[in-house]
Amino acid sequence: MSVLEMRDVVMEYRLREGLRTTRLRAVDKVSFELPPGRTIALVGQSGSGKSTIAKLLMQLERPTSGSILVDGEPMQYRGARAAAYRKAVQMVFQDPFGSLNPYHTIGHHLARPVKLHHPDFSREQVADRVAELLRRVRLDEDYVGRKPHELSGGQRQRVAIARALAPEPAILVADEPVSMLDVSIRLGVLNLLAALQREENLGVLYITHDLATARHFSDEIMVLYHGAVVEHGPADDVILNPQHEYTQLLAEAAPAPERRLAELGH
Amino acid sequence: MSSPVLSIENLSIDYLAETTVHAVREVSLTLERGEILGLAGESGCGKSTLAYAITRLLKPPARVTSGRVVFSSREGYDVDLSGLAGDDLRAFRWDKIAMVFQGAMNSLNPVLRISEQLEDVYLTHRPELTKAERRIRCGELLERVGVDRNRLRAYPHELSGGMRQRVMIAMALALEPQVLIMDEPTTALDVVVQREILLEITRLRAELGFAVIFITHDLPLLLEISDRIAVMRAGLIVELDDALTLYTKPKHPYTRRLLSSFPSLTGERGGFVRSGDLASVELDETEQTIEAVEMESR
Repeated sequence: MSVLEMRDVVMEYRLREGLRTTRLRAVDKVSFELPPGRTIALVGQSGSGKSTIAKLLMQLERPTSGSILVDGEPMQYRGARAAAYRKAVQMVFQDPFGSLNPYHTIGHHLARPVKLHHPDFSREQVADRVAELLRRVRLDEDYVGRKPHELSGGQRQRVAIARALAPEPAILVADEPVSMLDVSIRLGVLNLLAALQREENLGVLYITHDLATARHFSDEIMVLYHGAVVEHGPADDVILNPQHEYTQLLAEAAPAPERRLAELGH
Repeated sequence: MSSPVLSIENLSIDYLAETTVHAVREVSLTLERGEILGLAGESGCGKSTLAYAITRLLKPPARVTSGRVVFSSREGYDVDLSGLAGDDLRAFRWDKIAMVFQGAMNSLNPVLRISEQLEDVYLTHRPELTKAERRIRCGELLERVGVDRNRLRAYPHELSGGMRQRVMIAMALALEPQVLIMDEPTTALDVVVQREILLEITRLRAELGFAVIFITHDLPLLLEISDRIAVMRAGLIVELDDALTLYTKPKHPYTRRLLSSFPSLTGERGGFVRSGDLASVELDETEQTIEAVEMESR
């Protein structure tokens, strides 16, 4: 299993306004280390740079400066080491209605990454592996032949999780994995993620703006504000005893019925 | 708070699709003057259909099969909404009952300035106003929801999501309606902006005295802002109580399940959370059928 590390990563976008260009610093000197088996939650408002960090990790953007390391070695964008990196880091997207192709069966979605990462597998081996993946996310094997529209949101998101697990990754980047799901099944999907994480000793980067689930489902929380990490620490400390004023603002803003009900009770 | 401003009696709505879908079943509700009534439920439970029925916005294949909605005006007369048609309906909508739509931040017209879209309300409902008066009123409206007056000349894409949402609320408040229906008004916004909007709504309600039906799936949020909460499932209202009772003594199992779906931010770490024990958690949406609700109720 591998350790993922970001060291002083800066990402700047060039914005053009007529003839002038300005620079927008989307990620400002972010450093963290994600060891196997740990969950780090990345919280912050919209526009704070959460998704840019995910893009950097998925190699969809290249950092302006700083480095991303796997087991101490810098990440590569081409060659065999890049292929190994892309296998090791997988992503679960926010929208399960958009991230599955409506034309393809569930089996196809899961078989593709298996084939890509195991070109030597026979057809039977691929089918076995797909069935096993479905079992791991607690879906029946007969879902292989179904199309995404036949599945509910929660089931689709589990397919998306199975797809991310197909290349046997070491790190999972989950960008708001439950915010599009119905509330009564959110905890179930998060619990499933936690169980799979334990089984495989995965490192998970959980990107969210929901502080309550961030606290309950992660070991550490990083608070991002204008691209910079303003607070980083054990989950309970950050939420229950926020030091930075921005974290305090976030914690204040989150709905907390107890506060009002205490007033009503008297 | 004695006379209700809105009473819904036995309202049922069907969608006449290939198989008839009973979206709302015999719902009875009253909305007191100046009250915030929360309507909680998950997707497909009929909460938006109910909101559209109250504003008479339903189109075929939806059909109201029974019941009625009565609006009691502040001035002391009652209107049966199903009896309205044509110009009367047009004059009634927005003037008495206004609505902030789901995904409101995307419901502004991208090719018109904010001013044109706000003035449109006055052009239709207050044709006697002069152009200058309309301008002034629109400016006041924006300031009331905390947006600078000179943003009137802006196009929607020049505003942030939260500001667009405020413009939509301003538009709904333009004619000082007595009832405001908000369908998931803060869903796409982040927590900080959501908090600002909520404070704004509570402040405006105190100032203008309108009643609110607040529709969302976010139960903790409702517990914080509403006076009473109705929990809806499969077209039925399974529980209706004041916020404190609903939180401390939920009667219906579905209400309990919804409440337990939200881990507490500051409270104890619940045992169910991150246990990795999948036997106790639900992964599948239980089907929302009337039988399922009856089973749960037993």
